[in-house]
Amino acid sequence: MNEARPPLELTIPVRAWDFLAGGDGAARVRQVLQQVGFPPAVIRRVAIATYEAEMNIVIHSQGGELKAQITPAVITIIARDTGPGIPDIDLAMQEGYSTAPREIQEMGFGAGMGLPNIRRCADELAIDSMPGKGTVIKIVIYNR
Amino acid sequence: MKLREIQAILAAEVFTGADKLDLEVEAGFGSDLMSDVLAFTRGRVVLLTGLTNTHVIHTASMVDAVAVVFVRGKRPDRALIDAAAKMGLPLLGTKLLMYDSCGRLFRAGLKGCSGEVLEPK
Ligand SMILES: Nc1ncnc2c1ncn2[C@@H]1O[C@H](COP(=O)(O)OP(=O)(O)OP(=O)(O)O)[C@@H](O)[C@H]1O
Ligand SMILES: [Mg+2]
Repeated sequence: MNEARPPLELTIPVRAWDFLAGGDGAARVRQVLQQVGFPPAVIRRVAIATYEAEMNIVIHSQGGELKAQITPAVITIIARDTGPGIPDIDLAMQEGYSTAPREIQEMGFGAGMGLPNIRRCADELAIDSMPGKGTVIKIVIYNR
Repeated sequence: MKLREIQAILAAEVFTGADKLDLEVEAGFGSDLMSDVLAFTRGRVVLLTGLTNTHVIHTASMVDAVAVVFVRGKRPDRALIDAAAKMGLPLLGTKLLMYDSCGRLFRAGLKGCSGEVLEPK
């Protein structure tokens, strides 16, 4: 991998309630990282964090997008949606906290582990959310 | 343990991936909550679940699972089988319930993923 090359950027739209395409974004990011030759342990962390962020957009938001910025040293994932936002981020970060409705739980969501999983996988995590506006989650994972 | 042994122990049907039964599986994980799968699997696992939707195969692919076994007679539909085939992810199905499936595999020597919780480092 050549340090001088510009970062590889991917932008993937994520639609609310689209359970067919939901997860394709994370799969695409994972595939690119595999092609470039990142270590499996790094790919696994990026894949899990990206998938959790993507599925949160699918099940909890009105839709948004994933942006992946890939350099040899660091992978940055930005998951952005247009609402409804997270009213209490500390509460949402707690393991087991979930507002997923019943029909979503029956699909295998709602452990309340998504955000904690993202935190565990990320080297840096920033969540910015405005009720009524939307949520931006920035995940940074170093290749080391 | 080879996937082939898991298939035999669970008397499982193979929906896709019959050519991959010689893959080596390091541990088992049984859950219907996919975020728990993403949080707690370690190594190359076989995932046992009662759910048959795309969330399951996406999750399995994110953690590099060797295969998915659907328990209690759940059958994936054609679209799911095709999607898994495209990913190269074997799908199996057993009539056994979750506990019985996990118990049989554990008894046969396939460990779980609690290692780091229970075993002193
Ligand atoms: N993008 C988002 N927009 C609005 N609310 C969100 C968003 N992401 C998470 N939340 C809120 O935070 C809660 C916790 O999220 P988390 O991902 O940890 O669990 P979950 O999605 O409910 O279940 P799991 O991820 O285990 O399937 C959600 O139930 C939801 O209330
Ligand atoms: Mg979630």
